[in-house]
Amino acid sequence: MSAGPSPIEQELNPLSGVNFADLEKSLLRPRTLASGLLSTLVAAMTILALIPLFSVVWMLVWRGGHKLSLLCFTQLPPAPLEQGGGFGNAIVGTLIIVALATLISVPVGVLSAVYLERSDQRNKLAQAVRFAAKVLTGFPSILAGVFAYGAIVLATGGYSAIAGAIAVSILMLPTILLTAEDAIRMVPVKMKEAAIGMGATSTQVTWMVSLPTALPGILTGIMLAVARGAGETAPLLFTSLFSNYWPIRHGHVNLMQPTASLAVLIYNFAGMPFENQVELAWAAALVLVLLVLVTNLIGQSLSNRQAQ
Amino acid sequence: MSPEVQISQPPSRLQLLADAVFRRLCVAFACLSILLVALIVWRIAYAAAPAASQYGLGFLSGRTWDANNGQYAILPEIWGTLYSSLLALFFGTAFGVAAAIFLSEGYLASFLFGLLKVFHIEFHSFWGRIPQEGENLLRNLIELLAAIPSVVYGLWGLFVVIPLIRPLCNWLHLKMGWLPIFGTDLSGPGMLPAAIVLSIMVLPTITAISRDALTSVPPKLRMAAYGLGATRWETILAVILPTALRGIFGGVVLAFGRALGETMALAMLVGNANQISVSLFSPANTLAALLANNFPEARPKDVAVLMYAALVLLGITLLVNMIGAFMLQRASGDREGGKA
Repeated sequence: MSAGPSPIEQELNPLSGVNFADLEKSLLRPRTLASGLLSTLVAAMTILALIPLFSVVWMLVWRGGHKLSLLCFTQLPPAPLEQGGGFGNAIVGTLIIVALATLISVPVGVLSAVYLERSDQRNKLAQAVRFAAKVLTGFPSILAGVFAYGAIVLATGGYSAIAGAIAVSILMLPTILLTAEDAIRMVPVKMKEAAIGMGATSTQVTWMVSLPTALPGILTGIMLAVARGAGETAPLLFTSLFSNYWPIRHGHVNLMQPTASLAVLIYNFAGMPFENQVELAWAAALVLVLLVLVTNLIGQSLSNRQAQ
Repeated sequence: MSPEVQISQPPSRLQLLADAVFRRLCVAFACLSILLVALIVWRIAYAAAPAASQYGLGFLSGRTWDANNGQYAILPEIWGTLYSSLLALFFGTAFGVAAAIFLSEGYLASFLFGLLKVFHIEFHSFWGRIPQEGENLLRNLIELLAAIPSVVYGLWGLFVVIPLIRPLCNWLHLKMGWLPIFGTDLSGPGMLPAAIVLSIMVLPTITAISRDALTSVPPKLRMAAYGLGATRWETILAVILPTALRGIFGGVVLAFGRALGETMALAMLVGNANQISVSLFSPANTLAALLANNFPEARPKDVAVLMYAALVLLGITLLVNMIGAFMLQRASGDREGGKA
């Protein structure tokens, strides 16, 4: 046998003429090499994109954890050049503002979602509501503050926790509304029809079937919105401003006064030339990030359980 | 009526009344969210009206912001907003799309397979779920980037990014200062650190939307390209990316909208200098940072001017967001059309 396989041989074994060495994947070929190089590049860029996350976490744990102590939670912010101090009032303030904002945005968001789920896809009002929610999703957070300043601070004549809470609730609303709508839509139609067949009014269907079934999904949306709201700084800068005192005095809360929050404290202290304040800003950032991440994780675990 | 207890029954009058009330309540709350948007736009426009009539369009094209002499114009801020956002978008898109490709192409699976092949244990069922779990972990980590509050990024940029890039930037200025983008040195806060931090903040948006667009490319297209003998990257560049392009672009535009409105990280890192410069290292200012810095101590007559600036920012972001949402809608419409 000299050159090539005979036709009969090829008929019996179609692969007989193939040089298998040519089919081996080889990095020496430009095409394969280019593909391999680009793959490496993409992997490297993905890792590089995650470095900031680890750097932020490392800095928070290192610089913030170094400063963090029980005193941080019980003391008031220090004056310039003063040593020690903490940010207890800012933690309480953040909790008050976020709780108020949640109280405002949850009823509006969930009931709007109930309305959206019930109405026809082509309903003009429903389309307008969905459009409004989408517009608010991409709304710059500072403009929520500008609005609350114009509508609340100027009208009531002073900075207050209420104004801050209203600004934050504007930013929380679209998340709650859109996730709640999705969650309610996921409730099987059969369940609703069964309830209607039993003679339930549509309100009863909503309260006894749709909302309980969709609850994990709705709670996920609320938790994600709370996590976002707690971290917002821009809407609080000139609505609830800042305060060096406790928001709760003599056992009652005054919502109509300037209120401290963790986010604004970090912003104020980060720019100060005093070592103690900068250290406190890092410690406050650690507390804030822990708060946000824990809320986020709770929200995600709720929806994961629902999915399974 | 039979004496046995009926579970099903017609609603009582009270229940019907409750139903009617609750339905109307839902409609009212739904209207409230539309009203809210209208109210925000109206409130800002109303408060901006005095300044708008006083300064007119010259407000957009002038360069001086001098509160003492009552001279206001925001061209440097508009420039800074667009410049920082575009820079952030450049870095954010490069890294975001790369991460999306990495997460949607099964790289972890092939890497793990290659690794296990060395030890000849690649076919054990124990490994089956690991690549999937790994991809989920990476995806969640990238989404965590979005969960960190922007003020914390500002703090991090101030104490980590600026000291880190300063020697490199000043070296670049020294060696290549004749290039306009390296025209000044980095003395502290400036455009580049702000853009870097901003790009980290928009990256999760781009990655999430791009990954959705990439994974929804019909598998048949990929199989056909592989069947023709294309390598992995020939397939990605010639088939998969062009198919997913519109979805990716929609995500990039949405990220642009986010970058334009981002406040805290920029207010802390951009330097608040009222100037127009193409240099990456010079301090600048953005509309959002201008509002954040000037509102807290604004006198009543400044408020109208700041509201006017807020109105401009509102207009720009609304426009960009609507374009992004429209493009994403068309991208998904394409896909549905393709299926039918």
